[in-house]
Amino acid sequence: MQTNLLDIHARLQALLPVGELQTQRADLAFLDVPPSLLRATLLQLRDREGFTHLVLLTAVDWIEQEQFQLTYLVCNRSARLDLGLRVRIPREPASMESIHELWPTAATYQRELREMFGIDFPGSPRLDEDFILEGWTATPPYRRDFDTLKYAEETYAERPGRVTYDPAAHMQQQLYPGER
Amino acid sequence: MGLFTPDRSQYPAEKVDGSLDIDLSSGKYLKLWQGPQHPGITGNMSVELTVCGDEVVEGKTHVGYLHRGFEKLMERRSFIQCFPIVCRICVPEPDFNEYCYAAVVEELAGLEVPELAHWIRNLILEMGRINSYMMYLGGQAGALGMGVIGQWTTYARDLMLDRFEELTGARIYHMFILPGGVRDRLPEGFAGRMEETLRELEDIMVDVEQTMFRNAVFKRRTVGMGVIDPDWLEPYGITGPNARAAGVPRDVRKDFPYLVYPQLDFEPVTGQDSDIYTRADVRRRDVLLSVDLIRQILARMPRGGEVMTRLPNVLHWKIDPGETYIRGECSRGEYGYYLVTDGSGYPRRVNVRGPSYTHAMALLERMIVNVNIADVAALMVSLHTYPPEIER
Amino acid sequence: MKEELQKRVVKGPDGVEFEVEPLRDYYCEALPQVERPAYAQIIEDLFNWARSESIWILGFGTGCGAIEMRPLMTPRFDAYRYGIQWRPTPRQANLFVISGYLSVKTLKRVIRSYEQMQNPKYVVGLGSCTINGGMYFDSYNTIKRLDQYLPVDLYITGCMPRPEALLAGFLDLKKLIRAGKADGANHYAENFAWYKANQKQVIQDWDMPDYNW
Repeated sequence: MQTNLLDIHARLQALLPVGELQTQRADLAFLDVPPSLLRATLLQLRDREGFTHLVLLTAVDWIEQEQFQLTYLVCNRSARLDLGLRVRIPREPASMESIHELWPTAATYQRELREMFGIDFPGSPRLDEDFILEGWTATPPYRRDFDTLKYAEETYAERPGRVTYDPAAHMQQQLYPGER
Repeated sequence: MGLFTPDRSQYPAEKVDGSLDIDLSSGKYLKLWQGPQHPGITGNMSVELTVCGDEVVEGKTHVGYLHRGFEKLMERRSFIQCFPIVCRICVPEPDFNEYCYAAVVEELAGLEVPELAHWIRNLILEMGRINSYMMYLGGQAGALGMGVIGQWTTYARDLMLDRFEELTGARIYHMFILPGGVRDRLPEGFAGRMEETLRELEDIMVDVEQTMFRNAVFKRRTVGMGVIDPDWLEPYGITGPNARAAGVPRDVRKDFPYLVYPQLDFEPVTGQDSDIYTRADVRRRDVLLSVDLIRQILARMPRGGEVMTRLPNVLHWKIDPGETYIRGECSRGEYGYYLVTDGSGYPRRVNVRGPSYTHAMALLERMIVNVNIADVAALMVSLHTYPPEIER
Repeated sequence: MKEELQKRVVKGPDGVEFEVEPLRDYYCEALPQVERPAYAQIIEDLFNWARSESIWILGFGTGCGAIEMRPLMTPRFDAYRYGIQWRPTPRQANLFVISGYLSVKTLKRVIRSYEQMQNPKYVVGLGSCTINGGMYFDSYNTIKRLDQYLPVDLYITGCMPRPEALLAGFLDLKKLIRAGKADGANHYAENFAWYKANQKQVIQDWDMPDYNW
């Protein structure tokens, strides 16, 4: 199996300057792709290598590096292989090419990313409609700099009497009372 | 009967961006909301229908009524604190969340799970699958006016919930499969009581088959209705019974074997016609397959051994940077967890890939065109979507 | 405000043009009123007995607790023997079971459904998330206290409550109704401005009339 993913990577690298393969399991590997080459890579994988199933499209917020990582996970069902393409884009302004013509279902993922991370996908259908949230005006909630606890405390009324313990401190208190 | 007609001359023209040119003020069309407060909807979601006469010309799915922001909440919970909340992501079949979450954490933390825990996990997943299908069968019959099927299948589901209660102590949210293994081994005499339940379930399934699948009204309204073209499988990312009913044996249990599935003897259930009837039939036969798998598991399970591996101190548990994806075959299709860790005690990012996400959004919007209003509920149920896993 | 709610001119199928102002034409502007008890206590007791014996639940599964409603409709738990049944429309229902956490988007629909229900009406909050947020105390999208937004007559605790707990809760509600203590709807009418202010504080895009029934 592993040779197979390596072969695919070698064939891909012969065509496009993509990054190194990072093998996670025998049937799963991740690959860094520059944003401009994403479409070509996906087309090559979909049409030549049999990765016809878009499993998921999601983003990871690397706020320390001022970057978003977009993960496109594609699957080859007959060879039973998964390949994750990692695309790093700047956090501000966050914008990425839309792939909704390649997979119509990607439009839904892109709508979610637009709402939850504030990543723009120009040309994707119904992108600016409300998807999950309604009338949201604060920072997109899945960004790391959005503090959900603070927002909830400020927005929603709380019933008095509820306490929150930090599990580690609480257990220390229970097991070794008196010690600091 | 709602079949997608290739001849679009009688229908509103398509604009450049793919949307339909519908002039609501012409009085020819009517906008109709089905849901969220509507008996003919699969849970708390809604479909915005534009109808011409009683035929749907455009449908837009609206979700988000159940959004709790799990992926955000998990980012501020430690790995063990995530475990009790993941099962709440998908209400009718919570165990898949527990399994997938446990499996991603185990893979990134490099934990080995004892053999017996694998078997118990597999048993729980198959029991959960039966529960989920029972909900579906009741819903599918109910959407076509056959309330009594729902009474029977809900009763059958209750029987299975009793077994869950015996095993885990809870009816719906079991919180049993945690990273590193499972909480407990099977209680004394569990296999015997399970066999009783399975027999009763099989009796009910015979009744369901005779009353539902041989019912003339049911056949009339479902055969040839809501066909998924096999060509749509890839573009729309269709998995699970929806794909298997189209004749494609796509089953994660076979394609990417996990747990003890390689040791079990089974063939994925497939159909040919890809209409509502076939999808219901595939699921009915899948129930029987799960019954068979539970029997195999109980018979071949190791008699003793550990069920839980030794975890590091969970209060100070840090996992090295990495990312991975784990999938499993739930009753609706491929369920997966994508986890990214950054070396801290909290997940960097968790993404839950539920099959309903693609089925209920892009696919439903495509299929709902040309369907009668009365058939919308049946069509929607036949895709077997659960709103809480769409929006999480 | 949404386009479909704005004032506009509509041409009917018969060619006649007319003006529509949805917020005024489609909704009633009257505010909720306090339901006075009957003139004699014995009559009121009779009414309350009748009300308590015909609890009709609105079939709106707002959260995960809705999954335990289904077993109640089947012979095993059989809530129907207590005069409890489920209705598809708010017009026919008098009990709203808020089954679990409420996201802001659902809260808006819940308020509409609740206001469309006829008096006398009751609200039961199900699960710990309606009481203090429960598991979702830090979620940005779910409310933490239901009684800030709707008048709650009874809470059923648990995550999630079992069908038996629901049955016990319904029996308790019956006792409250018989004793004439389940007057949440009157409380809502009396403190209407306070409830509306709370509701509008969390619902960002308020595009419906204040009271829509």
